[in-house]
Order: sequence, then structure tokens, then C-alpha cells
Amino acid sequence: MENVKIIEIKKSVFEDNDRAADALRGELKKKGVFLLNLMSSPGSGKTTTLIQTINRLKDKLRIAVMEADIDSDVDAIKIKEATGVESIQLHTGGMCHLDAEMTEQGLTAVIGGQPSEVSSQPSAFDLVILENVGNLVCPAEFDTGAVKNAMILSVPEGHDKPLKYPLMFSICDVVVINKIDVLPYFDFDMEKCKEYIHMRNPKATVIPICAKTGEGVEAFANWLLKEVARWKE
Amino acid sequence: MHELGIVFYIIRDVKQAAQENGVEHVSTVVMNIGEVSTIIPEYLTDCWRWAADKEDLLRGCELKIEPIPAVTHCDGCGKDYPTVAHGKICPHCGSEKTWLLRGNEVEIKELRVEN
Ligand SMILES: Nc1nc2c(ncn2[C@@H]2O[C@H](COP(=O)(O)OP(=O)(O)OP(=O)(O)O)[C@@H](O)[C@H]2O)c(=O)[nH]1
Ligand SMILES: [Mg+2]
Ligand SMILES: [Zn+2]
Repeated sequence: MENVKIIEIKKSVFEDNDRAADALRGELKKKGVFLLNLMSSPGSGKTTTLIQTINRLKDKLRIAVMEADIDSDVDAIKIKEATGVESIQLHTGGMCHLDAEMTEQGLTAVIGGQPSEVSSQPSAFDLVILENVGNLVCPAEFDTGAVKNAMILSVPEGHDKPLKYPLMFSICDVVVINKIDVLPYFDFDMEKCKEYIHMRNPKATVIPICAKTGEGVEAFANWLLKEVARWKE
Repeated sequence: MHELGIVFYIIRDVKQAAQENGVEHVSTVVMNIGEVSTIIPEYLTDCWRWAADKEDLLRGCELKIEPIPAVTHCDGCGKDYPTVAHGKICPHCGSEKTWLLRGNEVEIKELRVEN
């Protein structure tokens, strides 16, 4: 042990990513593009909710979607077919989340050109939505550079999820509770769920919806519309 | 797999530090991992073994984890308490106005190089 040299580092593993994410947000502000990061467990209804939401907003906003998946492009095709908006697939190469660098590459593909070249020009899109990889742990730790974070919790997952995944709920600006049509079949306590969410994040907006029928989706669409307008001020 | 993603970030930072310091082989990487950081130490060291052995710089290199206990501060009464035992609610005064003081870290503390 006498011949051991110690090199002190003292650096957070997330530091580089956090810096890249802040830089990306700065670029987006300049271009007037609002990036929403949408997260949830697999199958909570991200794609279905997006289709419903986009169809309500596409006349008011210019929208593009980036679908992150470990390997398939089913969701990107589904979005394009059901809404007609620009939709691209990002492959994470086996990773369980997207980081700011991968998000920026995706945005470059959507918006076109090198980010630095187009940074001064206004973008062709007002709203870009990133459907993150289905997972409640990793995406919470990696800032993608999004302006706002949203997550979907579906009724069958249970109302105690905010207690189990505190970090995810603490970073989300809006929590959409989906599949309220199946409430009669589950002992999901909506009031308890809201209470647990607000314990983690007193400022979170909670919006119960049924993406299958479209019930409640208007409220989510309005939340987005308001946030996009505020970002472009 | 969550921990594998983290391992790739660690390797990237270690490579950079090694290059800056002219180091050809690292024998130990010491991490500070907070108790509530969502990292499972055993998974992290398993992923580390798999990924590190693919790099000349890190072949056989040990990943040593020094845990950091989580502590929450209460704005209600100004006291600190252990997070894992009591959660969000202050055991001293019952207040919910509390925040995590430490315990969230995923930090590279130091590299050890044998010469
Ligand atoms: N009953 C009911 N089913 C729904 C609702 N929303 C979505 N689903 C169903 O849930 C399943 C998953 O929906 P998706 O929208 O593909 O979920 P996702 O989160 O995009 O899934 P991944 O991308 O695979 O993680 C599909 O079978 C949907 O039809 C809802 O409000 N009610
Ligand atoms: Mg999907
Ligand atoms: Zn107190």
C-alpha cells in the first residue's frame, strides 16, 4: 500500500450531464422551442395520451415527437399515423434512459442542421415532446434538457407509487393519472395519491385522465398550451 | 439496467481524469454513494466488473463504495434527523417542511494508482 498515489476527483457522476442539459435549455429558449420530457412505467399510456393531446393541439402549435425506445420504432410510426405530426425514433442503444447529449442529437435530427448553426434562427416547431424510455428510476436522474417534466401514473400501478419512486415525483411539474376508466376494478385511492404526490412535490399539477376515451385530456392540453406560451414570452 | 448506465458515466470521467494525470492503470476507484441515491451498491459493483475489465486502463480495478448516510433537515424546528428511519416527517416536531441535506450523492471521490 505504500506505493499508492491518490488522485482526488470529488465529482458528481451527473455533473457533465447537468451542464449539457442547462446548455440545451438555453439553446431552446433562444429558438423558442418548448421541450417536454414525458416519463412513466412501461405501458402506462404515454403513446395513447400523446395521440389524444396532439390531436387537440396540432392546429394551435407546430408539434414534433421524439420516441425513445431501447430498440423498436413501433411508437414513432403509431404517432405519425394517428396525428400526422413529425415523429422520429431515437434508439438508446440498450440504455435505460436518455441523457442530454442523446436528446440534443435527436433534436438536431428533428430541427435539422447543427445546433450551433441554427441557434439564432427561430425553429419550425413550438413544441417537441420526448417520450422517454418506460422506467421510473433512471430517467429521473438524468436531466434531458427539457423545459418541463411530465409523468404518467396509471391506475393499475397503485396510488403508493409516489412513496416508492420519490425522485421521479419530485422532479415532475405535472403528473397525469391515466386509465381512470378502470378505477372501479382497482382499490386506487385518488385523494391519497394526490396527497403522496404533494408530499414529494407540493408544486406538482395533478391531472386525472382516460386516454382511451379522451376524458380529462383537455386539461393536460391546456396546461401545455399555457406553458409553451410562457416559455416563448 | 440503471447501474450499468451509471457505470458508463463513471468510466468516462475516470478516463478523462487518468489522461489529465498521465495515468496508465487505475487500481481502485472510490465512490461516495448516498443512502437514498437509488443506486444499489452490489449492482453497481457487478456492472463495474463487467464493463471495467473491457478497458486496459481499468482491468482488475476495484470499485470501492463509501456510503453516505442520508440526513434530512427540518425547517420547522431547525434540527436534523436520519432520513431512512423517519422519511419526510420530522420526528422532533412533526413538521412536513423538511428537505434532504445529504444522501443523494453519486460521486467519484478519488482514484488510487499503484506505481
Ligand atoms: N383502459 C385503458 N387502457 C388504456 C388507457 N390508456 C392506454 N391504455 C392501454 O394501455 C396500453 C399501453 O398504452 P401505451 O400508450 O402504448 O403505453 P406507453 O406508456 O406508451 O407504453 P410503452 O411505450 O411500451 O412504455 C395499450 O393497450 C393502451 O390501449 C386508458 O385510459 N384506459
Ligand atoms: Mg409508448
Ligand atoms: Zn422539526
